[in-house]
Amino acid sequence: MFEHYLSLFIRAVFVENMALAFFLGMCTFLAISKRVETALGLGIAVIVVLTLTVPVNNLVLHNFLDEGALAWTGIAALEQVDLRFLGLMCYIGLIAALVQILEMFLDRYVPALYNALGIFLPLITVNCAILGASLFMVERNYQFGESVVFGFGAGFGWALAIVLLAAIREKLKYSDVPEGLRGLGIVFVITGLMSLGFMSFAGVQL
Amino acid sequence: MGLRAFIDRRIAPHFESGGKLNRYYVFYEMFDTMLYSPPSTTRTDAHVRDGLDLKRVMMTVWFAALPALFFGMINVGYQANLQITEFGYNPIPGWRTDLVALLTGFDHANWIANLLHGAVYYVPIMIVTYLGGFIWEGLFAWKRGHEVNEGFFVTGILFTLILPPTIPLWMVFVGISFGVVVGKEIFGGTGKNFLNPALTGRAFLFFAYPAYLTGDSIWTAVDGFSGATPLAIAAEGGLDFSVGLTENASLNPDVDLTWMQTALGGMQGSIGETSTLIIAFGALILLVTKIASWRIMLSMLLGMIAMTWVLNWAGSETNPMFAMPWYWHLTLGGFAFGMVYMATDPVSASMTNAGKWAFGILIGVMVVLIRVVNPAFPEGVMLAILFGNLCAPLIDYVVIKANIARRKRRLQEVGNA
Repeated sequence: MFEHYLSLFIRAVFVENMALAFFLGMCTFLAISKRVETALGLGIAVIVVLTLTVPVNNLVLHNFLDEGALAWTGIAALEQVDLRFLGLMCYIGLIAALVQILEMFLDRYVPALYNALGIFLPLITVNCAILGASLFMVERNYQFGESVVFGFGAGFGWALAIVLLAAIREKLKYSDVPEGLRGLGIVFVITGLMSLGFMSFAGVQL
Repeated sequence: MGLRAFIDRRIAPHFESGGKLNRYYVFYEMFDTMLYSPPSTTRTDAHVRDGLDLKRVMMTVWFAALPALFFGMINVGYQANLQITEFGYNPIPGWRTDLVALLTGFDHANWIANLLHGAVYYVPIMIVTYLGGFIWEGLFAWKRGHEVNEGFFVTGILFTLILPPTIPLWMVFVGISFGVVVGKEIFGGTGKNFLNPALTGRAFLFFAYPAYLTGDSIWTAVDGFSGATPLAIAAEGGLDFSVGLTENASLNPDVDLTWMQTALGGMQGSIGETSTLIIAFGALILLVTKIASWRIMLSMLLGMIAMTWVLNWAGSETNPMFAMPWYWHLTLGGFAFGMVYMATDPVSASMTNAGKWAFGILIGVMVVLIRVVNPAFPEGVMLAILFGNLCAPLIDYVVIKANIARRKRRLQEVGNA
């Protein structure tokens, strides 16, 4: 069992990295990677949000949305109901609520990080990496335990990628990029090259 | 009239400001500084005067790669001639074969014939590489007003040495273009990139045209030949590691392969990477002149050995690579070449001393992991070093932050005392 979870975690972090293998969550990935400290803060926020939302969405799926999931109510009419078509709406709503709570929490207890993340914490709500992880969870039929590990792993992989990118961008502060590529242009190129490096994990069977 | 005086009187005035060819000054400057050290000196304040400038660093690396280059040519020819004379394969039809047949013939015991047969494959690759690099470097230098750097000489020679001998020449051009432009020039040129340009170009080709850069049929330049590289043989369980270093380890009676042979380099592989012994000569030059970091080389070796021990100890019933001892990992594939010439690239490696240790260990561990655990790639050195390059800035960041924190603490202790 432990080995299964470990391989799931490693796959989520390296092999199927949210940012560098699936290119999810690009807007925040590109915008908040100027400094390592901020990137680390955002990365941690994503880890927390993913570790919360994927299991919660998993519970919602298995207890409300899936075909026959409502059997626990005991109402005969609900036993055959399949509500999976509501999935997208439910997941995004739950993510929004959880991010809202996280934001209030940070505002109250970690104001420095709250100020550093600025507008981008609410934007995590519509970060496709967050929703993407939930949808992967549905597609791959993860159980509750697996969804916790997968959520944490996916968040960890995304955080690792953005911190690596931020360190590279800090190093490249002194580089002399052609005018037309300055700013986001070169960051796209860097992301592509990073993805080339992460290809070393592609094909790992665990 | 000496050459210097000739250049100064007859050529330089055309390119200097006011001259007719002033807009092409970068090209003049490139050739001039190739021949002589630049006459310009710093005019303000005291500064360190050191004979070891960027140009000399690069030329030393270039010379250190020469033994691998010549051995590579001989080995390419030897592998091809061996198949032709011993096993009756035909050489690939074309001008190369005509030239070799005309001058020396295909005798694998004749070193001149081997060298020539290798050279007809290697020299065009080298010419295309330098031509491609010169075009892009020159274009960027000209349009952006910086000097053409010698970094390219090193990138070029290293790039040619990690290619298979049968690669199509247009692909060489595409690869070096990607390596130089995307790997280096768009960041501003030598010293401003974060990935090793030669490896970037090689990795680009590897993923774009896998049929020409992996497999069994590309490593020996004869017609229709197919033979697995020693790493591929090992991955299929075709090697017995328990025999001595000089005995045949191959389980296939048709293939003869000893560890000593892989260490000396008489095997298939990319042009310059086969001989661990010859690469060790290059390493010696780089270490004695202190141009390459001994920390990176040593830590990469130690990381590889440690990871191999872990896997040997863990064992596996289905994967024969788990049992491969570290000295086989060292001599097979591109490990030695990557360790000596690629990982030690001062631009893309970690800058701090502690960081260099972490960087080398990370690469060493990754090489073994990719080779053993990842069935998609038989060889992992290139990708492991690229991955190390990605992590190098973060490693440096952590080391520097830790250093700042330690000094702050020390300051406080002094203040309290």
